[in-house]
Amino acid sequence: MAVTPPPPTPASAVSGAAAHAAGSAWRVLRFAMRHLWRDWRAGELAVLAGALVLAVAALTAVGFFTSRVSRAVDQQAAELLAADLRVESARPLAAQWSTEALRHRLTIASITTFPTAVFHGEDNALVTLRAVSAGYPLRGTLRIAAVPFGPAQSTQRLPSPGTVWVESRVLARFGMNVGDLLSVGASELRVAAVLDYRPDQGAAFADLAPTVLLGQTDLAATRLLQNGSRATYAQLYAGTPSAVAEFRSWLEREKGDAVRVVALGESSEQLKGSLDRAQRFLLLSALATLLLCAVAVAMAARRYAARHLDLAALMKCMGASQRFVLATGLWQLALIALAGAALGVLLGFGAQAALAWLLRDLFSGPLPPPAASAAGLGLVTALAMLLGFALPPLLQLRAVPVLRVLRHDVGVPGMGFYVAPLCAVASLGGLLWWLLRDLLLVATVFGGLGALVAVLWMAGLGLVRVAALARRGTGGAWRYGLANVGRRGAGSVVQVVAFGLGLTVLLLLAVVRNDLLREWRASLPADAPNHFLINIAPEEVAPLQAFLRAGGVTVEALSPWVRARLVAVNNRPVSALKLPSDRGRAFAEREQNLSWSATLPRDNTLVAGHWWPALPAPGAPAQVSLASEFATALGLFVGDQLVFDVAGERLTARVANVRQVQWDSFRPNFFVVLSPGALEGAAGTYMTSVHLAPAQRRLLAPLVHRFPGVSVFDVEALLVQVRQLIDRASQAVQGVFLFTLGAGVMVLAAAVQSTRDERRFESAILRTLGASRAVVIRGIVTEFVVLGLLSGVLASTAAAVAGAFAAHQWFHLAYSFDPLLWSVGLGGGAGLVGVAGWLATRGVVNTSPLTTLRH
Amino acid sequence: MSEAVLEAVGLTQEVSSPEGTLTILNQVTFVIGAGETVAVVGASGAGKSTLLGLLAGLDVPTHGEVRVVGQSLSALDEDGRAALRANRVGFVFQSFHLVPALTALENVMLPLELLGRPAPRAAATEALARVGLAERTGHYPRQLSGGEQQRVALARAFVTRPQVLFADEPTGNLDAATGLRVMELLLALNREAGTTLVLVTHDRMLAARCGRILELAGGRLVADTRTAVV
Repeated sequence: MAVTPPPPTPASAVSGAAAHAAGSAWRVLRFAMRHLWRDWRAGELAVLAGALVLAVAALTAVGFFTSRVSRAVDQQAAELLAADLRVESARPLAAQWSTEALRHRLTIASITTFPTAVFHGEDNALVTLRAVSAGYPLRGTLRIAAVPFGPAQSTQRLPSPGTVWVESRVLARFGMNVGDLLSVGASELRVAAVLDYRPDQGAAFADLAPTVLLGQTDLAATRLLQNGSRATYAQLYAGTPSAVAEFRSWLEREKGDAVRVVALGESSEQLKGSLDRAQRFLLLSALATLLLCAVAVAMAARRYAARHLDLAALMKCMGASQRFVLATGLWQLALIALAGAALGVLLGFGAQAALAWLLRDLFSGPLPPPAASAAGLGLVTALAMLLGFALPPLLQLRAVPVLRVLRHDVGVPGMGFYVAPLCAVASLGGLLWWLLRDLLLVATVFGGLGALVAVLWMAGLGLVRVAALARRGTGGAWRYGLANVGRRGAGSVVQVVAFGLGLTVLLLLAVVRNDLLREWRASLPADAPNHFLINIAPEEVAPLQAFLRAGGVTVEALSPWVRARLVAVNNRPVSALKLPSDRGRAFAEREQNLSWSATLPRDNTLVAGHWWPALPAPGAPAQVSLASEFATALGLFVGDQLVFDVAGERLTARVANVRQVQWDSFRPNFFVVLSPGALEGAAGTYMTSVHLAPAQRRLLAPLVHRFPGVSVFDVEALLVQVRQLIDRASQAVQGVFLFTLGAGVMVLAAAVQSTRDERRFESAILRTLGASRAVVIRGIVTEFVVLGLLSGVLASTAAAVAGAFAAHQWFHLAYSFDPLLWSVGLGGGAGLVGVAGWLATRGVVNTSPLTTLRH
Repeated sequence: MSEAVLEAVGLTQEVSSPEGTLTILNQVTFVIGAGETVAVVGASGAGKSTLLGLLAGLDVPTHGEVRVVGQSLSALDEDGRAALRANRVGFVFQSFHLVPALTALENVMLPLELLGRPAPRAAATEALARVGLAERTGHYPRQLSGGEQQRVALARAFVTRPQVLFADEPTGNLDAATGLRVMELLLALNREAGTTLVLVTHDRMLAARCGRILELAGGRLVADTRTAVV
């Protein structure tokens, strides 16, 4: 070796050497990268990185997937306009708009709509005539049938000249068939098909008169459109999102007050309710994975830091400054975060593709691509996990006394007992807040977690005490195992907490998840209503009920309702309100269906305020109850004063409460419900929903004929869609659950690993003193089984409580305690932890005592 | 005597214990010149390792002062002392202190990487060849015998060409024959490099191979003897 004396170093170079030791960022980075790679190769990072990748993968899979679903929902909402953008006016629209739209490369269609009477012989019916241009609808498709209330299919065609497509109700009303002639103004037009569905027919039963659809070229011949006709002229535009947005801003500047840009409507509340719940299930699974991974990361980082204490002391001994040690640790964290996030995002992307494949039938076309922002979520998750759970133990490396190289008993000064929990709470809290945007929920999750950790901790302490007493009276391996639990003290307590948390989350998802999914399926039984009957005059209520009962149809209570428009909030006109969302504007612009009720409707739960007394005092002021979607979109609170225009009459009511509505119950529900008596005298009608078995659908034609004023809406297709959603979402949750299982394994591995070094040494000593391998293994398994039993019983209780809370507060489902949970918890805890402990530590007894003791 | 490399002036180390203040080192003063080989001997608890820690700046004395190449350690903070060690000091420990996750080669590269020296791999490979472990560069510490591990530690200590080498019971964990071979190697490397060696040992035979012996008893320097070794 060419060992020549070093060049003499002037005293002034000492400070330069210090700077050198601290190093440039690049040098530190290179050093950090090299050592990270070496740690990875030596298996030091497996649990830490594995837990991180899993957490990121689970969250991004759900993030990517829900972004695709919400984009698909937006697309479906666009279908409700039959376009990306729609303008309406009471006057014909200016030609320059078409020119400008074409300049923006948008496709255009137009509709002229007005109410009129059509005739068949002497009989007449009020209809809405819709004259559409070529290209309609620009989004979504029309569906037509060959016979009234018959099976329908999608079509790309429009009525050819001289023909019309009409709704079943018109044909049933006249007793006509396809092929018959219909008098429309001055024209005799042949009915070429039954119009079953058009995308812009609205989900809120806004258009009560049935539609007669004809080509725009046939409109003039009817001579119905005269000066003063109550026509609405609509122009529809579609194109790329950016082109539509540009054109829209041009339009908003040019259009003037007489023209209204129709806001994107909401997709059906029923489907939205189910989608929302499905997303909550997915998010719950992902959050559970996140919590488990956080526990695993915390434990793995603790062990990683403990194993690096000597290296840190050695580095300092060789001249590394505290800053260098700290910077190395921070770079390593950042590199682990980057690599973990990248790998997790890739895995998450793959997993979301699998989820999308599972749910492929739910959406009419291929799902839109996922939002790139979910990848950002991955990076934020990785950083938050590491900063919250891995940073505190790594920060301690900086403070390792260099004297540790000579005296191994020199420990690390503590950083204050509050630092690690504070970091954990801050990072996890921030992440949960970012994901949930619900302060109360985040606080509840933390409260629950805090209580669980406290209970587990105290139970762990109790176990350590009892184990210390109990070991006196038992046999060899058991005594050794129990002695270990008692002697490891704090280590055993930490393991009880980790196993307990891990088992709680696993039980929550393995057992409670199934209960919740079962409840969800049960919330939509086979006989759920599939037809809505609207516009039932008060005098028709009894005859209609009798008619349906005679046909074997069960009729539930009928709900009264009137059409009304919200005109003022707290004495300010609605037009002056600053509404944050399209949805708020849609609520403000469109007519509302108002109902009234003495009692809180079924499928509704109060989230704010109080329900009014069943018998209000005579002359009491009117009160109103709002669905939470309505209150949120319009920024309304309990105590606000609302004014409605009900058929020209002003009705003032104060908001008494806000309700959470279970829209996917398929029973009549209302955004706005008034106290009894408030709408006295208003010309209201009734609505109800019924379940019609396939054979009972033949009742529809005579029903429409006998009750011509009643509108029938078939929601069977939607019902099927919601059922499918529940089934598929359950499968998707199972998919995400795989991540949670993986995370559970990570926690077990991290917890078992946390005492592995200690165990290895003890095992070597015992075997050196003559204990057989079997005795040592039995002792280790005993220790883990005892820890697993205690964790399992506590975890079962915690999972039951958390399940009940999630069911009531989050999913709005009933939940009944399942005694099986405790058997699974107890057996699973002892078995899983025992086997995990044996698997992870069998290497301990397979290594020769000599090797262990020598190293 | 040649230029002073290490100076201990009135070194005193006290620690608090339940029984009161315990004096581990008491007014120890000496000077070590460049290239000297010095053994610090004494019974267990005499204060040998404490003295080594203070001389290397791993700890600070309660009273007194240490000067390394004229630089007072009391004037430096922890990072300043670390920087001084970085360029001038090497260590060999009783329990080797090899990093288990690093191969033999990477363990030797570690101080070079910390210093940001160019081509650390080549220098480390050469250092390992010098201690006879050219064939074991890719082995992890657990795959090496005790003697081999200490040879890796020697390569790591000399690879930065330190001015001063501190060795704390370097043969304490080895059998007599292996210990002897390791000691031979240590002294040979030391001669080649012209390094100042401070060796803590309780083995009089090993101490006798050094040029000077400092004997501690009860925390005091009770003898400072020059041997026949040059």
